[in-house]
Amino acid sequence: MLKIEELQVFYGGIHALKGVSLEVPKNKIISLIGANGAGKSTTLRAICNQVPAASGKIYFEGEDITGKPTVDIIKKGITLVPEGRRIFANLTVMENLQMGAYARKDKPGIQKDLQKVFELFPRLREREWQVAGTLSGGEQQMLAIGRALMSRPRLIMMDEPSLGLAPLLVKEVFRIIMDIYKDGMTILLIEQNATAALKISDYGYVLETGNITLQGPGKELADNEEVKRAYLGKA
Amino acid sequence: MSPDIFLQNVANSITLGSLYALIAIGYTMVYGIIRLINFAHADLLMVAAYIAFYGMLVFTLPWYISFAIAIVLTTLLGVTIERVAYRPLRSAPRISVLISAIGVSFLLQNLGIVALGARPKPFPRPDDLVWNIQLGNVSFLSLTILIPVVTIILLLMVTFMVKKTKMGIAMRAVSRDFETSSLMAVNVNKVIGATFAVGSALAAIGGIMWSMQYPQVDPLMGLFPGLKCFIAAVMGGIGSIPGAMIGGFILGICEVMLVAFMPELSGYRDAFAFVVLILILLFRPGGILGENVVEKV
Ligand SMILES: Nc1ncnc2c1ncn2[C@@H]1O[C@H](COP(=O)(O)OP(=O)(O)OP(=O)(O)O)[C@@H](O)[C@H]1O
Ligand SMILES: [Mg+2]
Repeated sequence: MLKIEELQVFYGGIHALKGVSLEVPKNKIISLIGANGAGKSTTLRAICNQVPAASGKIYFEGEDITGKPTVDIIKKGITLVPEGRRIFANLTVMENLQMGAYARKDKPGIQKDLQKVFELFPRLREREWQVAGTLSGGEQQMLAIGRALMSRPRLIMMDEPSLGLAPLLVKEVFRIIMDIYKDGMTILLIEQNATAALKISDYGYVLETGNITLQGPGKELADNEEVKRAYLGKA
Repeated sequence: MSPDIFLQNVANSITLGSLYALIAIGYTMVYGIIRLINFAHADLLMVAAYIAFYGMLVFTLPWYISFAIAIVLTTLLGVTIERVAYRPLRSAPRISVLISAIGVSFLLQNLGIVALGARPKPFPRPDDLVWNIQLGNVSFLSLTILIPVVTIILLLMVTFMVKKTKMGIAMRAVSRDFETSSLMAVNVNKVIGATFAVGSALAAIGGIMWSMQYPQVDPLMGLFPGLKCFIAAVMGGIGSIPGAMIGGFILGICEVMLVAFMPELSGYRDAFAFVVLILILLFRPGGILGENVVEKV
């Protein structure tokens, strides 16, 4: 569904991605793990053309989307739950969700998806009129995911959705990711909780200072000694 | 002061306050979305007034057609200024955009002086809109009612647009976060353009009503009203639309009342706006309705 070939990205003089290739097949969960600063967020940002690709190709459903404007890429059915949630703090919960559906015109479809999001996150329904900036961290994360779903994407990319959440909420986030996946979504996931992420993933990639150094089926990677030592904090 | 004269002053102050409020919104909306003090905003008043003036006098068009053309062309000009002078500097430091705005303002003023002559010209008041109303001992111009009514309708429309429409929600989202807005498939440039369009249209209407109320036009006529409306926007809390409305009314009312109650100070009328501004900012640094937080550096 999504295919990246030899992607390179620079921030000024910093060579953030040095030729990343990866593939996200339809209806799979793929995770991207790696240390801080490895280039995980950069990869997702480059897919949406929030940072320009210096070289390499990005294909979505066979179509070359490299260098296309962000707005067009989103309209093709990709969405990103950005690092740090980035909800619109000055808008209400409802308005944030409406922003998610900005490009859509099918009113009944939007209503249906809104109900779906509320079923997934009942707390958001209770807080429909609350200004999003006053939500708790966990609620903001739910809102960021809900907002992304409102565009009715075919590929959802999540950048550390469980970051900064209490253990119970982390579990909740993973449960939600599974729910979304079972609903037929394709997911590209970045997670600090590498073990948990790899366990639910069909396939995983390990990114190290701008290069993919390891890859394999999720469970295999989770058991890989090298990965354990480097990323999972287990000797 | 006799009650009649007092009433007269109240009416005048509301009229002036309305005009300030209308023009202040353009400053606050543009600041809210791209954090720019749009110096050229003031000169849009002048442009609108001149187009209306020439429409009526030179092309002898009916007032409503002249006014409509003035509003449309001024709106286009406002949007074009953003397109040509600000958009290319989107990722440049803020000070560059500010300097660009000052440049546009000087350009418009000097083009005005060269093309139209520096001498003020009397603005023709359409008979349909301006007549005398006699109520007992008080006589006042129809504009005293017309201007506040038009203003309030426009303020309600803008408030509705920003609060309830899709474009309004997008404007608020973009004002918060460009990058994430584009992740929502929002065309950020379009939304910024729309913001300029709304602000410029209001400035155009404000400018036309201004030149009916104080019936003359000159190329620098935007200068003082512009400055004061900017002050009104800051007073209300720059970035806040209701703030700009309140700031505009407060400033207009204070100014007229100062002159009415202390005529000996009337020479300080223009300086007075700054006094009010400083007083308000001393107590509420973010303005009346602004976010009173220290900006993160
Ligand atoms: N806007 C930027 N300007 C300059 N350098 C940047 C920018 N964003 C990221 N970088 C650099 O690019 C490299 C990759 O950053 P990236 O954010 O992709 O890492 P990450 O893998 O997501 O890390 P983390 O786990 O901490 O989120 C880092 O060295 C970072 O310092
Ligand atoms: Mg990151």
